[in-house]
Amino acid sequence: MDADLIVQILFAAIKTGTPLLFIALGEVICEKSGVLNLGQEGMMLMGAVVGFLAAYGSGNMGFGILAAMAMGSIMSLIFAVLVLHIGANQVATGLALTIFGTGLSAFIGADFVGQTIQGFQPIAIPLLSDIPYVGRILFSHDILVYFSFFMTALLVYVVNKTRIGLTLKAVGENPHAANAIGIKVLRVRYLSVMFGGAMAGTAGAYMSLVYTPMWVEGMTAGRGWIALALVVFASWRVGRIMLGAYLFGLASIMHLVLQGLGWSISPNLLAMLPYVATVLVMVIIGADHFKEKLLAPRSLGKPFNPRNMA
Amino acid sequence: MIRIQARTEPSSLMKVASPLLAIVLTLIFGAILFSAIGKSPVQALQVLLIAPLADSYNIGEMFVKMGPLLLCAVGLSLCYRANMWNIGAEGQLLAGALGGSAMALYFIDSESTFALPITLLAGIASGMIWAAVPTFLKLRYNSNLILTTIMFNYIALYLLIWSVHGPLRDPDGYGFPESALFSDITLLPTLFEGSRIHLGILFAVLSGIIGWFILSKTHLGFQIRVFGADEPAARYAGFSGKKLSWFVMLFAGALAGLAGVSETTGPIGQLTPNISPGYGYSAIIVAYLGRLHPIGAIIAAAFMAVLYMGGELAQIEMGIPVAVISMFQGVLLFFLLACDFFINNRLSLTNQATN
Repeated sequence: MDADLIVQILFAAIKTGTPLLFIALGEVICEKSGVLNLGQEGMMLMGAVVGFLAAYGSGNMGFGILAAMAMGSIMSLIFAVLVLHIGANQVATGLALTIFGTGLSAFIGADFVGQTIQGFQPIAIPLLSDIPYVGRILFSHDILVYFSFFMTALLVYVVNKTRIGLTLKAVGENPHAANAIGIKVLRVRYLSVMFGGAMAGTAGAYMSLVYTPMWVEGMTAGRGWIALALVVFASWRVGRIMLGAYLFGLASIMHLVLQGLGWSISPNLLAMLPYVATVLVMVIIGADHFKEKLLAPRSLGKPFNPRNMA
Repeated sequence: MIRIQARTEPSSLMKVASPLLAIVLTLIFGAILFSAIGKSPVQALQVLLIAPLADSYNIGEMFVKMGPLLLCAVGLSLCYRANMWNIGAEGQLLAGALGGSAMALYFIDSESTFALPITLLAGIASGMIWAAVPTFLKLRYNSNLILTTIMFNYIALYLLIWSVHGPLRDPDGYGFPESALFSDITLLPTLFEGSRIHLGILFAVLSGIIGWFILSKTHLGFQIRVFGADEPAARYAGFSGKKLSWFVMLFAGALAGLAGVSETTGPIGQLTPNISPGYGYSAIIVAYLGRLHPIGAIIAAAFMAVLYMGGELAQIEMGIPVAVISMFQGVLLFFLLACDFFINNRLSLTNQATN
């Protein structure tokens, strides 16, 4: 393998990892507030189809992204009302959201399958993109990839260095104590869930506006689920999610790597790699039971009902 | 004014009424949706719910769809009662189809009377293996069962696609990604002349009855129920969580595997890449709708099969995309979860304003 190919592979790993990065960033905030939303796949598909239709109809890519974000938030709001207000089981409600989103997106997009649009074009950042190798790997992407860099940096800062981050962690670790000191637990959770929805919508729009760029039923192919594993892999630390997303991106484009090495393996077998990698990650992390228990937000998945407060 | 009050005891009436209420609300949602897209809601609901039961051919097809839904749902009901979040029925079904089909192809020139039973057993065993790996990983390495079972769904799908493009492809099939047609000796017998209803529906109903028997009449079932209701109490009573987890997962895997092999040796007669329209996922809804009770699952599976059949008819007759079905399934589960709120809570009218 020559240097040129390695640059191409790393470039593609970032591009492929970007939708995972978006969803996982949203989900980690959601989980830090104590809510486990398994509806990622459904929200992402809705973001993909609505983003595509909005961009297709208006001819404006930015409008497509905004529409996808709004759609993701609306979807997550259904989940939030059921889980936070009615106290429905988070696992079952998340599954329902995924099934609903899968169906609704296919229903809405049925007439637009196979239509293509002119996706976002790559923008080489002046100076930075001239750095040998690194410039081509990191700084000659489309604008959404830069947006994902920005969001990662922003969230690392907000979660670790600000009062908002502290509030979020307090709600996720001990909602009763947070409530006692006057934090509106449900409000924090609503906002976190909806932020997760907006990020999942963005991830979907990335798929349908940049990555392919077109709409196909079920085009997210389990990325919403892989992102959930990614959050565990990153031990709920925002910075590590970026690394994990690109590693998973790399696993998804392994066929390029192997072709580079001159191997030929059936693409259908190679397509399993990201899923197999996810299982391996779950095993490695789960085996360290003590650590996982220590790092996961303590109230994750547990309902909080202010009415039950003594 | 109307207030929400916690009930002192869960309402057993609402436990039964909640699924029915959820179905009614879903139908109202459907009627509004169809009006919104300019289709007659009356006609649409007629096609979705009545037409599937209107003639004998459609009723037959309804039973063909009910079989795999029910087999998967019975297994999932037991899993969920034991707090094992198995989302992998789809993968276990595909694994069963794959393993069973490999065996059926092995028997393609055979005359043996054991060919069909061995083919079915191969499907069951494959489904069990596909459930066993995530179970082992959970119990031994504490890995997240929801995520591993879902990953195994995707792995099974790609393994199936790879097989029909590679080792199991029909050599005389002009390169289509399909296996050869199975020999008659490995096909499940149909129950009625001129219909595709096959032995699989009997397996399914039987599985519901067996599931009910295990859950209600055996000590094992008692342990599962206690485990699901109060895990610490079950542990205090000395019940082995591991043993129960293995049992419910292997039981679910076996039934889903049987569903898969019954599809390929039943109505389809060969292995193709799209043998399941998401039965394993829909079975999750069926299990919930049937209140995680095997007998309830029979009724819920029949309803879901009507909906599947109605979805196909709605596409043919009214040009409504078939995806409307999985959307309805999601809405149905939303409404069900919302209605379940009233099992433990009730609305009450009070005269005085609350402070």
